[in-house]
Amino acid sequence: MTNLIEIKGVTHAFQTPNGPLPVLDDLNMEVPEGELCAVVGPSGCGKSTLTRLIAGLLKPDAGEVWLHGEQVREPRNTVGMAFQNPVLLEWRTILQNVILPLEIVAPKMPKAEKEARALELLALVGLEGFEDKRPSALSGGMRQRASLCRAIVHKPDVLIMDEPFGALDAFTREDLWQTMHALREKEPFTSVLITHDLRESVFLGDQVIVLSGRPATRQFILDVAFPGPRVIDGLFATECVDMLHTLRDQIRIAQGRTTEEEK
Amino acid sequence: MNAVRRIGVPIAAIIIFLMFWEFIVWINGWPNYKMASPSDLIPAYVKYWSLFLEMGWQTLWRTVAGLAIAVLVGTFLGMLMGFSRTVRDGLYPLLVGFNAIPKATLVPVIALIFIGQHDLNTVLMAFMISFFPIAVSVGIGLSTLEPEYRDILRSLGASKFTIFSKIALPKTLPEFFGALKVAVTLAFIGTNLVEIVSPHGRGLGALFKSGETNGDYPLMFSVLIALAFLGIVLYYAVVLLEQIFAGWAERTEH
Repeated sequence: MTNLIEIKGVTHAFQTPNGPLPVLDDLNMEVPEGELCAVVGPSGCGKSTLTRLIAGLLKPDAGEVWLHGEQVREPRNTVGMAFQNPVLLEWRTILQNVILPLEIVAPKMPKAEKEARALELLALVGLEGFEDKRPSALSGGMRQRASLCRAIVHKPDVLIMDEPFGALDAFTREDLWQTMHALREKEPFTSVLITHDLRESVFLGDQVIVLSGRPATRQFILDVAFPGPRVIDGLFATECVDMLHTLRDQIRIAQGRTTEEEK
Repeated sequence: MNAVRRIGVPIAAIIIFLMFWEFIVWINGWPNYKMASPSDLIPAYVKYWSLFLEMGWQTLWRTVAGLAIAVLVGTFLGMLMGFSRTVRDGLYPLLVGFNAIPKATLVPVIALIFIGQHDLNTVLMAFMISFFPIAVSVGIGLSTLEPEYRDILRSLGASKFTIFSKIALPKTLPEFFGALKVAVTLAFIGTNLVEIVSPHGRGLGALFKSGETNGDYPLMFSVLIALAFLGIVLYYAVVLLEQIFAGWAERTEH
């Protein structure tokens, strides 16, 4: 399988009044086509910076980001993004919100076709009948579902998610994990998922990358071998518990590095 | 029922206010040179109705013209301040300083710069007094736009203009209309400032001055009420525009 996302030796620093603040240090990662790569790491280790680099919104100080065999130098419309904040546009209905990327990527597509595509996705995530509602009329979980639809409506190669379920309650979050699996069955995309939730990384990821404390580099890779079908109960199987323990230990190591630096 | 309430309640409030005013004047036995009562105003309106129409129109169009310029200039300044930190840091002290100058002191200044151009002077003053809230609110609306909003379009390679027109502009509309409501009443103050301080025989301000010169106190009070009336009309025109363009911002009651 070819690697759809390749990050080669990426180093990046933010310019602050107190001089440069290094956030990423010689980071390498590869995501094969169709796979979901979960990225975990201590708070403030540069995970969000990573999403902006992959999306082409930032240029790395050193190193290269490659998507589909092409080096990323600027934003490309084959990328979809979803954030912790669903950032739906309050003046548009849910349907119009989901259509938004198509207005940019495929301005000539007939309106009926755009709407049909959006409705198909909304049905897939269980938002049938809510297409004419305003975002404020929806619950947090429903808004995040709509936000996911918007992120993939233009059939991007790459879906970048920055803690999309971080603000949801535990049960809604589990519902959305299952929705993610349903989406991936119907819609092929390669995905990077930034998360703070180790269970989420194991449940959704094909591989889990643990980043070290700032400046972040790749500390550990876990190839997820999920026992049986990806259902919530599987998370309680011994194999999963072992994986979670391993990840937990790695996070502790990663945090240790930051605290040492602070001392 | 709802429509009756929405129109009935404000009208009832106005009637109660007028009755209270009439009562206060009556119980104190004030002569109309001390405080005219609502019933004194009716003869003034009957006597001078054509003047009120003419002068009211003069005041109204200059106010609206000044407000229109304030919207254009204020939005433009707000955009500059919203998009560039440098511009914001540079412009803010200048704008605040300019806004702090009592505009009455500027009336003779612009009267000297544009001698005899009364229409221009008046419109200019209405503009100068009312653009500040618009500039500030548009600036704040744009600069507080969460980066994610920009990123969802920027990551698709959308142009700056597309991001502005599809996201930044509509998102700023509620703040803009909030500021416009303040600006409406300010613009009236600006227009009347010139009409009263630098009288040139036009507008409700001039009618007020003539009431003062002739000792026609009910006329002066009627001008004040006419001004309030115009202010209310213009304010609700803005509310109507707001409901059309930014009605989405109003949460429906559950």
